[in-house]
Amino acid sequence: MHPGKASPILEVEGLTLSFGGIKALTDVGFEVAPGSITTVIGPNGAGKTSLFNTISGFYKPSTGRIRFQGEDITATRPPERARLGLARSFQNIALFRGMTVLDNIKLGRHAHLRTNVLDALFYFGRARHEEMKLRQEVEERIIDFLEIDHIRHMPVSVLSYGLQKRVEMARALAMRPKVLMLDEPVAGMNREETEDMARFILDVREEWGVTVLMVEHDMGMVMDLSDHVVVLNFGQVIADGTPAEVQANPEVIKAYLGSGDVSELRQRLHQPLAVGA
Amino acid sequence: MRIGTARSSYRHDESLFDSRTQHGWLAVLAVALLGFPFLADEYWLYLACLVAINIASTTGLNILTGYTGLVSLGQAAFMGIGAYTVAALEQKLGTPVLLNLLAGGFVAMLGGLVVGLPSLRVKGLYLAIATIAASVVLHFVFANWHAVTGGHSGITVAPAEILGVSFDTSFRLYWLFVPITILMVLGAANLFRTRIGRAFIAIRDRDISAEVLGIPLLRYKLLSFGLSSFYAGVAGGMWAYFFRVVTPESFPLIMSIFFLAAVIVGGMGTILGAILGAIFMTMVPEALKLIVGWLPLSADATLILSPVRTIVFGALIVGFLVFEPLGLQEIWRRIRRFFHLWPFRA
Repeated sequence: MHPGKASPILEVEGLTLSFGGIKALTDVGFEVAPGSITTVIGPNGAGKTSLFNTISGFYKPSTGRIRFQGEDITATRPPERARLGLARSFQNIALFRGMTVLDNIKLGRHAHLRTNVLDALFYFGRARHEEMKLRQEVEERIIDFLEIDHIRHMPVSVLSYGLQKRVEMARALAMRPKVLMLDEPVAGMNREETEDMARFILDVREEWGVTVLMVEHDMGMVMDLSDHVVVLNFGQVIADGTPAEVQANPEVIKAYLGSGDVSELRQRLHQPLAVGA
Repeated sequence: MRIGTARSSYRHDESLFDSRTQHGWLAVLAVALLGFPFLADEYWLYLACLVAINIASTTGLNILTGYTGLVSLGQAAFMGIGAYTVAALEQKLGTPVLLNLLAGGFVAMLGGLVVGLPSLRVKGLYLAIATIAASVVLHFVFANWHAVTGGHSGITVAPAEILGVSFDTSFRLYWLFVPITILMVLGAANLFRTRIGRAFIAIRDRDISAEVLGIPLLRYKLLSFGLSSFYAGVAGGMWAYFFRVVTPESFPLIMSIFFLAAVIVGGMGTILGAILGAIFMTMVPEALKLIVGWLPLSADATLILSPVRTIVFGALIVGFLVFEPLGLQEIWRRIRRFFHLWPFRA
C-alpha cells in the first residue's frame, strides 16, 4: 500500500496558524493517501497537536486549506466534520467521565442517528429501534474487536490509562470514520499495551478500511506501522516521505538531536517492535 | 442476594427496570400510590400534590443543571410563565385543562430558549447570574403586563375541570398531578437512553470534545434549556391549579434556589436524585414542623423554635453537601448494593 497513486483522502495545503505573534504552524502542507497509515512526528512543541486541532476544526488557520475527500472543509464547523467521517482521539484522553464505557462509545455515533426529542421522551418506534441496532453494532463490531467486553458497563473514570485509550479509540470507531486521527495513541503505555494498540491500529486499517493519521513519539512503532511519515519542527514540515527516507534525512536527525552523535538516534529509530502483523 | 438476573438480549439489558425484584418493588409502589389517597387526610394529600409538582420541576432543572451542567437560577420564573399561561387561558378562553398545561409548558419553553441563548458564551456562575437577571425581567413582566397578568393582584384560577369533574380538592388533584408527574419523570429517564441524553452529558463532562464528536453545542444547550423550562412550565401550570391564585410574588428567587438545592441534595444527574431531592426539600421542613409540634412546649417556646427549624433545615442541607456529595440517591444505591451482595459481603 503506497501513497501517491489514488487521489488523497485528506489534503493540507499552505496551512498557517498563529496565536498572537507566535506562529504555531507555517505553510504546512502534506497529503494523506486513502488506506494509508500516515504519522506526524516532531520534537515537543513542533506543532503536531496544533495541526490536529486545526484539521478537526478547533482552530481557524489564518491561511491555507484543508480538503477532505476532495471537498474544502476549511470553513466547516467541527460537528459537521465529524459527520463527514473525520474522527479523532485526544492526547490527554477526552472521555466523558460521567458515563459508562458503553455510553461513551454510543456517543460516537451521535451524528449518524436520527432520534429527535419526542422519540426520545417516549422511547417508542424510531428511538428504540435505533438504540437497539446501535447497541448490537457497538457490541459486535467494536467492543468485540477491541476486546473491552469485560468493562462495558463500568464508568470510564475507574479504568486504567491503557484501557481508557482503547475506549477512546472505540468511540472514534463508532463515528464511522473515514479518517481516524489518533493523537499519541500509545503515550504513557507499557510495552505490552503499546503492542496491543499497534495491532489494533493495523487491524482497523485492514478490517475497516479506515485511513489512519496519527501523531506519535514511539519511534519503533512509527517506523514499523507507517506508510508515510511527515516531520514537523518549529511549525514547519522539514521532511515528508516513507519511514526509510525520513530516517535517512539529515534535517530530521538534526531536529531530534541537534548536531551531534547520530548513531544513538539511528539505533532508536531501528529498534524493532514485535507486532504480530 | 441478587441472582437470576442474567440478561439474554440487548433490549433486556437496555431496559429501565431490568430485574424481577425491581418489577416487584414497582408494583408495591404503584399499589402504595393508588392506595395513599384513600388512607391519607387532607393535609397529607396537600403535601403529596406539592411533592408531585416539585418533582416535576426538579426533574426539569436536573436535565439542565444535573445532566447538561448549565447552572440555572431561573426555574421558578419559568414555572411562573407556565402558571400565568394556564391562568390566563383558563380565565379568558376556558380551554381544556390538559391543553392549558401543555400550552404552559410550551410558552415556558420559548422563554427558556431565549434565556438559554447566552449559554453558548457563558458558563457556571456567569450563566447563573444571567438566569437571575432573566428572572428579574420576568418578574417585572408579571407585575406590569396588566392586560394578561392582572398586575400585582394577579389572576384567580377556576378549579380544573375535566369531563365535568371539578378538581377542587387535593384528593382529586392527586389523580391529575401524580400521573402527569410520573409521565414526565419517565420521559426524562427515556431521554437519557438515547443520543439526546448522551449529548447533554457529553456537554457537561467536556464540551469541547463533544463538539468534535459531532454534537452542535448551541443547539443542544438550547434544547436542554427548552426541555427544562417545558418541565417547569407544566409544573407551574399544575401549581396554578393547585393554589388557584397566581401573583408576581408566587415565584420568588428563593424558589429557584429551592429547586437547585433539591437537585444537589438528591444527586445531580440522576433521575432518582431529582425525585428524592424534591421529596426531601418539601417534606423535611414539614417534618420539622411536626416534630416541634409534638414537643411539650409552651406557645412562646414554639414561637422561638420556628427560626431554629429553618436553621436545622439549612444544617441538614450543608450536612448532605459535606458527607454525601453524590446526594440521597447514593445512599439508596449503597443500600441496594448491600442487599445485592448480602450475605456474602457486608
